[in-house]
Amino acid sequence: MKTIVLWKGDCHNSAVLNLLALCSSALHIFTFTMYSAVKKYLPLPYFLYFCFIFKQMYDNTKVYHCTFISFFLQNNTIKTCKYNILTFLPLNLFEQFQRVANFYFLLIVILQSVPAISTLPWYTTMLPLLTVLFVRAAKDISDDLARRRSDKEINTRPCDILQGGSFKAEQWRHIHVGDIVRIRKDQIIPADLLLLASTEPHSLCYIETADIDGETNLKYRQALHCTHSRLQTEGQLSDFDGLVTCEEPNSLLHSFSGTLHWMGEQYPLSNDRILLRGFRLRNTHTCYGLVLFAGPDCKIMRNCGLFTVKKTQIEILLNRIVILVWRIAVLLELEILFESIEFIAATSRGDSSLYMGFLTFWGYIIILTEISQLIFSFEFIHVVHSLFIDWDLDMYFIEKDTPARARNTALNEQLGQIEFLFSDKTGTLTQNILTFKKCCVSGVIYGDNPCSNPTKEREDFSDQVLVDRLRSGEDRSLTEFFRVLAVCHTVMAEEVDGDLRYQAASPDEEALVTAARNFGFVFMSRTQDSVTVSELGKIRVYDLLAILDFSSQRRRMSVLVREPSGKIKLFCKGADIVIFERLETKCLYLDATEKALEEFAKDSLRTLCLASKNVPEEFYQSWSKEFLSATMAMQNKEAKLEAVYEKMEQELTLLGATAIEDKLQDGVPDTIHILKKGGIKIWMLTGDKQETAVNIGYSCKLLDNNMEILEVRCPRLLKVESEDTSDNFFQSLCVVCFFWKFQDEIFQQDSQIASCTKQVGILQHFVELASKCETVICCRVTPLQKANVVEAVKRQQKAITLAIGDGANDVNMIKRAHIGIGISGQEGLQAVQCSDFSLAQFRYLQRLLLVHGRWSYLRVCKFLNYFLFKTFSFSFVHIWFSFFNGFTSQPAYENWFITLYTVMYTSLPVLSMALLDQDVSCHASLKKPKLYWIGQEQQLFNLRVFAVTVLQALLTSLTLFFIPYGAFYNTAYDFQTFSVTVGTSAVFTRITYWTRFNVLAIALCLILYFIMTFILQSAHLYRVAPQDFSFPGAAYNAFSHPYVWLTILLTVVVSILPALIVRALNKALRSPDLHRVRQKALGNNLGGDACPLQGSLIQTITLSLIKGQFRITSSPNLQVLGHVEERLE
Amino acid sequence: MLIVFFLPHLLYFSSYWSKILKMKKDNKPDNTAFTQQRLPAWQPVLSVGIVLPLFFIIGLAFIGIGIGLLITSNNIQEFEEEYTGIGDNSNCYICANNATANCKCTLNFTIAQPIQGSVFMYYGLTNYYQNHQKYLSSRDDQQLAGETYYLKNPSQSCKPYQMDINNNPIAPCGSIANSFFNDAFALYYNNQGFLDEVKLDGSAIAWWTDHNVKFSNPSQTGSNLSQIFEGTVKPINWSKPVYNLDVNNPDNNGFINEDFLVWMRTAALPDFRKLYRRISGNYSSFMPSGNYTLEITYNYPVKDLPGKKKVIFSTVSWMGGKNQFLGIAYLVFGSLCFVMGFILLIVYAKYQNVEDNDD
Repeated sequence: MKTIVLWKGDCHNSAVLNLLALCSSALHIFTFTMYSAVKKYLPLPYFLYFCFIFKQMYDNTKVYHCTFISFFLQNNTIKTCKYNILTFLPLNLFEQFQRVANFYFLLIVILQSVPAISTLPWYTTMLPLLTVLFVRAAKDISDDLARRRSDKEINTRPCDILQGGSFKAEQWRHIHVGDIVRIRKDQIIPADLLLLASTEPHSLCYIETADIDGETNLKYRQALHCTHSRLQTEGQLSDFDGLVTCEEPNSLLHSFSGTLHWMGEQYPLSNDRILLRGFRLRNTHTCYGLVLFAGPDCKIMRNCGLFTVKKTQIEILLNRIVILVWRIAVLLELEILFESIEFIAATSRGDSSLYMGFLTFWGYIIILTEISQLIFSFEFIHVVHSLFIDWDLDMYFIEKDTPARARNTALNEQLGQIEFLFSDKTGTLTQNILTFKKCCVSGVIYGDNPCSNPTKEREDFSDQVLVDRLRSGEDRSLTEFFRVLAVCHTVMAEEVDGDLRYQAASPDEEALVTAARNFGFVFMSRTQDSVTVSELGKIRVYDLLAILDFSSQRRRMSVLVREPSGKIKLFCKGADIVIFERLETKCLYLDATEKALEEFAKDSLRTLCLASKNVPEEFYQSWSKEFLSATMAMQNKEAKLEAVYEKMEQELTLLGATAIEDKLQDGVPDTIHILKKGGIKIWMLTGDKQETAVNIGYSCKLLDNNMEILEVRCPRLLKVESEDTSDNFFQSLCVVCFFWKFQDEIFQQDSQIASCTKQVGILQHFVELASKCETVICCRVTPLQKANVVEAVKRQQKAITLAIGDGANDVNMIKRAHIGIGISGQEGLQAVQCSDFSLAQFRYLQRLLLVHGRWSYLRVCKFLNYFLFKTFSFSFVHIWFSFFNGFTSQPAYENWFITLYTVMYTSLPVLSMALLDQDVSCHASLKKPKLYWIGQEQQLFNLRVFAVTVLQALLTSLTLFFIPYGAFYNTAYDFQTFSVTVGTSAVFTRITYWTRFNVLAIALCLILYFIMTFILQSAHLYRVAPQDFSFPGAAYNAFSHPYVWLTILLTVVVSILPALIVRALNKALRSPDLHRVRQKALGNNLGGDACPLQGSLIQTITLSLIKGQFRITSSPNLQVLGHVEERLE
Repeated sequence: MLIVFFLPHLLYFSSYWSKILKMKKDNKPDNTAFTQQRLPAWQPVLSVGIVLPLFFIIGLAFIGIGIGLLITSNNIQEFEEEYTGIGDNSNCYICANNATANCKCTLNFTIAQPIQGSVFMYYGLTNYYQNHQKYLSSRDDQQLAGETYYLKNPSQSCKPYQMDINNNPIAPCGSIANSFFNDAFALYYNNQGFLDEVKLDGSAIAWWTDHNVKFSNPSQTGSNLSQIFEGTVKPINWSKPVYNLDVNNPDNNGFINEDFLVWMRTAALPDFRKLYRRISGNYSSFMPSGNYTLEITYNYPVKDLPGKKKVIFSTVSWMGGKNQFLGIAYLVFGSLCFVMGFILLIVYAKYQNVEDNDD
């Protein structure tokens, strides 16, 4: 193996290249890579690299190369784990202290450890902080170990590498750039390869790309002729001494450019010579490839975004609030500081008043920081909510023994706020199984009696009438119909153990050919120029004259065959519109067929029309000449071919239509329907073809027949002028965006800034339009584009997004969205590895969002309100007290009370509410998806709610302090009695936030409070440590005064009354129907299905184009696919 | 209590562990009421039938309590006399401006109505921040609890009254003790020309827990208090050492001196009063109207604060001293409740679409 792979960015000097090409024969093993990271961080001069090269030239062993050069060589190891033993502690701590609260905490601990400042003992903060850090770190370790395991699993997959003249079994990680590897059938391609040869004729090689772009049809790649012919044995392969220059590693999956220098010649390399990592080899026994990009340089890996720590909106808001509180506290304390300096200046004789004031300032910061406790509880609640998701039996998929998993435990409440849902198609919405369901021949629909034999499995097509008619052979068109199915396709047949197996380029074709076989029209085999079919037992061989290929523009394919009888026939199948356009003028059954098609479309079946035509010999002769010249054309070949095809496909006789079901996963339409009713906009992002995508859109109820489809072929054109674009219009609009054609100019993730800015502009217009629409389907998108779309919506709409997918092509999107969900239980776990939640089935999404998400949001918000209320109302008392204690940081409560207040006396009600609260049952939230809006609108926790909470807390704290103040003013009651009175009242006021789940907890906590108070103020504990338990007998003495009780009673009732009044008024004034409230709040009706447009409204949108102005009038909708084919070009 | 925080995390990991250890055959979650969130719940229902009566009941109850409190408070007979000695014509003017120890001044006052029932005598201070943080923490509870080690080694918290200039430990140390209120009073009834001393009882004026639990003298068998306290010095502002506070009653000395205990039970607010004596003897249940003379041993300087000193005579009731605030507050909020009840009644009547179950 004497191969060099050079990336263009590395070496522009062709002289050097030539030199290397010359030298290459002298090299034994040599791979040369400088990848950008090394280049960036190690600014080694150029000559140094060449030193390596020349050293390498004289060395013939791979050992040398491994030890010396391997630092610069990219091997195929991937690494997704974040830490190692050394970096764990600093990295993890760094990450943890990025959270404002943790950092704040640390500051407090530091302050508390200064004796002059400390108003509370250090352990009140230190222990909780350590707990939080430890627990978090443990979780991070376990997550990282899981990633490490999966990395290891992937890196140690087996593969064959050519070493010293023969292939040896190695692991993926041992692959280096420049190696030649051997791939067997059904293996996954380990790195980006240049296809050198395969065992198939012409070195064809079939691949399945479902993991990369979601397309399930087989594709083929072909090796260069020169490598195909000269590299057939291991010996030849090991003597291969080509030099490849190619582009630098990038993320574009559909493009590649490079050159192979070999045997003194240059061969251009394009995308169809390349096998990408993640492809699966199909129908090909073996193929050989040269590694061009390995490991993180692979295109699919380049499509994986960086791992970022996700934060929920509430957490961000919370961080802001913590900072706000901190600022308020500082202001308050500054005020107190000035007062206190004055006070000290007036009273103190010894210490400097400024110094004392300084100490007081920090002292206040400590006692006013109860809010930091919030973080533990927050963490804790998140974990339990995640556990509830893990535990949910209704999201447990029995068949595959997979429960739902919350892999990221910090995002739960955001599940209740989703506004945009981005879904992959293949494997997520569909099962990727196509079955032949119905057909219509000569206007008669067959296969329409599902009730007749319910015992049989649903998928099976069975219609005795059809079988009988076929057998009798009466109906000529019926025979013709199945003949077309058996002949007109590009399927390959393969006999395995006497069993006929079909390998089709698309699953549709496979379904059709299989159906034909079931009815006795068995496609047997195919050669270059013939097709053998067994028709009801009789073998017939058709001479294949021409294949008029399928393309997404033509939307049809035809074959031209000579029947055994000698007649020439054209068999054609394609989309209904395309076929109808080309029918003979007086066509029978046209109306009946159209009606059948409508019916099929209603059942969300994929339809195709079949037609045939007798071709006169003379016409064929003249046509075949044109055809030949078109195939030989060097320029404009496609357009010429199309024109020739067009000439042939005219005056067709309609035979009938087929209906295929693309099997959806269970419950997908229901789930989509419910989620849409919940106000979630669902976008389908798929790498698949437009037709397929739209069809699936219909079958999964993403689209319905009342929707207009705006087909956008070039997002550049989009700029909607808002004059006539009422919301109603967009409600029934679906944008189908077709990215394929313009991907290069629009979404190319180039480092060039110019194209980046351009891209942002276009995406902006697109998202602006699309996010107004009811549904969006994006076809032909690459993983990176998926992520870009998600990112754009996130940024522009400021909405919470969720991405769900199952394959490697969804990883980037999953990482980029606020919440990423992986469908587990499939092959290829990358999506799950990167996801925040994993589900076994798409249908569990409704429960995850509408039940768990909604509850989580509700609970977290209630918790935050409650927590902020109880903390503020508790802490503000210190401030009021400071006005009466000379602005010193004397806490108004006993130290133990302060410590236990959050942890013990109030934690249980808070937690029981935050963990268990349900405003409506899970059945109700599934039945009324519109209840979901509270999260989307951030109804329960926002700055307004926060302000109200703070106000309430302020009032409560005023009550808490000033009623006892009035009662104890100028009396003989002492400080400790006062403390106990205020403290007890504070504990009792927690009743304010009662819900059905925490009544018991509140009662328990009150009991606990009294028990703990008496324990902590007991004589025994005082004797053990007088310093730490300095309140002996305080509660006992206080509670023996009825006056104290009366004070507490008044304080508590006055604190609770406002909340009670608000609740009572709320109850009286609130409309019982939440739906109506919602409609009022939104000002319009969001339920898309509530007012179907019925196609009667004619709306205009004006699209201003770069080229000029276009006015589009949407016409009354048609029934089947592609209603409004607004070609914007 | 931190276990509360650990628990769920432990649970979380245990789910991993159980998987790793293959404790369960499959991944099927447990079907329990908790894991499936089917816990039964109960909530006090806020229906009209409950809320409206609740408001009226609370209103009525509060008005009742308020009236009761006001009556009680008004029945308390209280007599207050200031003796700071600020004005020129004040008897204690000389003492207040002349810092000689044990300066005596007298205060004559007349009680117009005879006071029925037992009467407590308080001294009151205003603008006196016993709740100042530095002041409040300037004590050594271990020393006061009678731990012998801390007697000689007072805690740092007592600074600057931890050691005297000669580095002798101060007992009791700290600001609170140092600022011990040391005015003394003697009360005489002007009974038709001659002064009849009104007996004042200083026993059991402190909390039982303070006397028996919180404070105790260091014990040392076979030695009296002065021996025990040997090696310590009295607080700087004191005239007598701590073991010699009450010459009449040897048991009322040291850290458990009742006056000292009362002082050490710091006040919550800057204006406060502290129990000084109960009136006993002939006048224990009845103080006749007439002229009284209070002889004050004026030691305690409050001029610099600037604060005031007062003596208060007050009958006692279940609610403590005279204070109308709570009664008025009860009345106000009770009435508010009542009004609110009516408002709610109107609102409920107007909006009929009220369901009976909350949420």
